[in-house]
Amino acid sequence: MSNIPAELKYVASHEWVRVEADGTLTIGITDHAQGALGDLVFVEVPKVGRKLAANEACAVVESVKAASDVYAPVAGEVSAINEALASTPELLNSDPYQAGWMWKLKPANPADVAALLDAAGYAKVLETA
Amino acid sequence: MTLKHTALHAEHLRLGARLVDFAGWDMPIQYQSQLDEHHAVRSAAGMFDVAHMSALDLQGARCREFLRHLLANDVGKLKLPGKALYSCMLRDDGGILDDLIAYYISDEAFRLVVNAGTTDKDIAWISAQAAAYGVTVRYRSDLGILAVQGPQARTAVARHLPAALAEAALQLIAFQAAWSGDVFVGRTGYTGEDGFELILPHAELVSLWGSLLADGVKPCGLGARDTLRLEAGMNLYGQDMDESRHPLESGLGWTVAWTPDDRDFIGRRAIEPLRGNSPQTLVGLVLEGRGVIRAHMPVRFANGAVGETTSGGFAPTMKQSIAMARVASDYSGACEVEIRGQWVAARLVKPPFVRHGKVLV
Repeated sequence: MSNIPAELKYVASHEWVRVEADGTLTIGITDHAQGALGDLVFVEVPKVGRKLAANEACAVVESVKAASDVYAPVAGEVSAINEALASTPELLNSDPYQAGWMWKLKPANPADVAALLDAAGYAKVLETA
Repeated sequence: MTLKHTALHAEHLRLGARLVDFAGWDMPIQYQSQLDEHHAVRSAAGMFDVAHMSALDLQGARCREFLRHLLANDVGKLKLPGKALYSCMLRDDGGILDDLIAYYISDEAFRLVVNAGTTDKDIAWISAQAAAYGVTVRYRSDLGILAVQGPQARTAVARHLPAALAEAALQLIAFQAAWSGDVFVGRTGYTGEDGFELILPHAELVSLWGSLLADGVKPCGLGARDTLRLEAGMNLYGQDMDESRHPLESGLGWTVAWTPDDRDFIGRRAIEPLRGNSPQTLVGLVLEGRGVIRAHMPVRFANGAVGETTSGGFAPTMKQSIAMARVASDYSGACEVEIRGQWVAARLVKPPFVRHGKVLV
């Protein structure tokens, strides 16, 4: 069974979202996603300052097997990226919810986050997949 | 369609392997980390269930003569019993039906090891050609194949063979086999490392796997097998070549034996005019920019020559992306690969990329 922390929000396309104290969102891919992809060898994240639409394909994770798009959970502007992933993409495998975060987003509309899945909702997505 | 199982299928499930349909067989793509499996073969020893591949035993007084007609490489080169030869088997028009290894057993007996996805087609083709030579073809479905690869592979295997066979196996030179009854050990492989490929009865294969596992030989899936063979610059049938491609545009010109001039192997008349002037050729690429090359990505050169990658991926030993690409033979100048809409610089190299744990390019 994959790890689905209760305090995070989720998207059915396997991204997680953490609402930080200052209202920015930290985004990554779930434990289930990293397990399904296998060993990750290359990660491309959006540039700081880029404005993203909700559900826009804005990042790419490549495993030994294949490339997969990662989508913006909500609209907003990229405020920071995890520079460590360029040289150590395996952080997405070893620590998907902490050291393996991908980018931070200043949401266009903070209320959008409420519409995302909670842990139970995401667990249901995995069960029915 | 029900997937076929090798004798190790239950063992793969027990070890928690992720299984995929490979040419109609339910095979392990990886057990835990594909990267760890890859590195184990480069640094120590790993083992692969390749029992989906097939051994075909050919028998008949004219067996050697037959194979000199059937195969693009020349089994006439094989003088020492047990010596092996890598060859393409061509259609009349030069298209590659399969790539295989032929072992010389005796003047009246050879063993071929062929790919899983091509086995049925191969048996039909070989049997049809063999009739005129009085050669019989026996599909050894009673035998399985286990590849044990890596710098420690041969000593690991030898510990579990009967003493006389172990001694013979350890004295083998590359591309040579020894056997005792139905246990057959060849010093061959598909990884660029030293090692053995064993062909043996299923029950003995399962038993040997168990012994090697207990000794710490790492089970490896088809995923690691693919990254290892790509680093070793070895072609994958169905990907780097198939029936629509001939050896000279598939990096396999070196396996075509043109001498003696009068050896009339199947496909010779079609490809001989292309000798030295094939319009396309297969090259190796190392990505200089960021990203991962995959199969079927466009390739271009400064002089306008173009092509397409046939295999590509991340090379774990090199920690960068490499590929094989079929390109116009008149290419020159800087090379780029189009990765998801962006042209990224690549360097042309002559495979292999990695051999015996060392990066060569």
